[in-house]
Amino acid sequence: MFGAGILKGMLVTASNFFRSYYVKERLTTIPYPEEQRITPDRSRTIPFLVYDGEDQEAGLRCTACCICEKACPPQIIYIVPSRDEKNRLLKHPKVFDIDTSVCMECGICSEVCPFEAIRMDQVFELSTRERFESLLLHKSDLAKSNGYYHQLHPTEAAADDAKRAAAAARKKKA
Amino acid sequence: MDLDQIFVIAKQQVLAWLTGAGASVGVVQVISSLINIAAVLAVFLTLFALISVIERKVLARIQNRYGPNRVGPFGLLQPVADGIKMLIKEDIVPRRADAIVHFIAPVVMCAAATLTLCVIPYGRNMTPVAIDGGVLLFFAAGAPAELAVFMAGWGSNNKYSMLGAMRAIAQMVSYELPLLLAALPVVMITGSLSPDEIVAAQGHYSFGTVPHWFAVTPWGAVAFLLFFIAGLVESNRTPFDLPEGESEIVAGHMMEYSGFKYALFFMAEYFGMFAVSGLGVTLFLGGWNSPVSWLEWIPSYIWFFLKLSVLLLLFLWIRGTLPRLRMDQVMSFAWKFMLPMAFVCIVAAAVWHYAGRGLIGWVWSLAIVVVAYLPLTKLLWTGKQFAVRQYRFAE
Repeated sequence: MFGAGILKGMLVTASNFFRSYYVKERLTTIPYPEEQRITPDRSRTIPFLVYDGEDQEAGLRCTACCICEKACPPQIIYIVPSRDEKNRLLKHPKVFDIDTSVCMECGICSEVCPFEAIRMDQVFELSTRERFESLLLHKSDLAKSNGYYHQLHPTEAAADDAKRAAAAARKKKA
Repeated sequence: MDLDQIFVIAKQQVLAWLTGAGASVGVVQVISSLINIAAVLAVFLTLFALISVIERKVLARIQNRYGPNRVGPFGLLQPVADGIKMLIKEDIVPRRADAIVHFIAPVVMCAAATLTLCVIPYGRNMTPVAIDGGVLLFFAAGAPAELAVFMAGWGSNNKYSMLGAMRAIAQMVSYELPLLLAALPVVMITGSLSPDEIVAAQGHYSFGTVPHWFAVTPWGAVAFLLFFIAGLVESNRTPFDLPEGESEIVAGHMMEYSGFKYALFFMAEYFGMFAVSGLGVTLFLGGWNSPVSWLEWIPSYIWFFLKLSVLLLLFLWIRGTLPRLRMDQVMSFAWKFMLPMAFVCIVAAAVWHYAGRGLIGWVWSLAIVVVAYLPLTKLLWTGKQFAVRQYRFAE
């Protein structure tokens, strides 16, 4: 029958219309400010610095070895190591800045870090009202606790913890 | 308080008060017309605002999306935001364009569309311009819309605009004929061109439940379908939106328009859609009559706007379903199917009339319509067999 195909098609769209109201899986859109997309375990945005324990200054894993600074492709990491009064290195950064306006979120810094100190964050609401100062993150902005790291990447964080525990045990033995 | 006549009585009281205050007959007549114009514009501008957001929401739901839901409750204030956006946009006239024609085109389009809205009876005693040749005026006033489209296409001095305008002229002229011929049986049966009398002729019921609408008869149902399809074309809606054809000629004749002129085109298009649906309701769906006699206590204008919104939803539903036709398909459909079918409708209506407008006439006209439908659709069938499509990558 000529014209029956149109009716068939209209039935399909009608069923789409009505089922979109009560079948939740049909609506794949996430209404963003009210609901947030669940970020996958391996997703990454800008880097952050992990610290152990409560004190974010003393617990910082970073030893100011500057490997990430040299590996960073757009060269946006700036590190000044701390020194004591006799000008000896303290294995602790005095200044650690990342210019996130240039960061291309490649994750190379976290790959080269031998101390599991710099890892990739998942925050994506990074817009600011000003382009320069507010996008230049300092050590205090970058430091995030190990618990936070566990929340973001559970498997990776557990592997890092095991690695650090093994390294500590080896050191004790030596 | 008679709810059915509340608007009519209110208007009469205003006019009576004016006469009492010493206004001359001429002034009262002018004010009476102004009240009608204001009422039509207010109602249909509101409807336009509503349908622009409802259309987006319905289409979104058909495609399993949410649609606009940010501005106001359920996104209902979206038209306000859209309107403000349209108003504050820069009005650009191309340097090589014919400035006068470019400017007048949306005005003509809007005027034509608004004029057609005036002859439709919206309720008992609620026809803004109650003239005897209402149906005739409707088609006559709707014709400048084609001219306006071509003015827009020519005045813009742009090849895509021109192409869009040419497509628009081709399809609108072709479908004007089936549109008129589908309205003809109704005029023939009622013996009147006045929309009020056409509505009155449909205001009876068999057994108190079956309304004497023309759409209930076989010839009327077919004529209504033809009228509706031709209406789709006249208002440039999908699947006949070739003049706009966003994917191939950007926006056709509306391409060089921006800001409020573009909004006017948009509005005129929707007004045309309202007018065609309104006339369809008047001619075939009993106008403001209720579908069953025991629901006649509901005011007549509510029935009219209920039927109108059903037709408008059908417009949206079709837009969400059918893809755009090709130009040759549009043309062959008009001349090989719509036109002969409209003639068959006239014959079927005549047979129905001379068989006494009863059950026998009903069966006879059904037989005529079906017998004509089968070979006509056979003619449209090209019989092309397409090979099963091979998907190499998307498996």
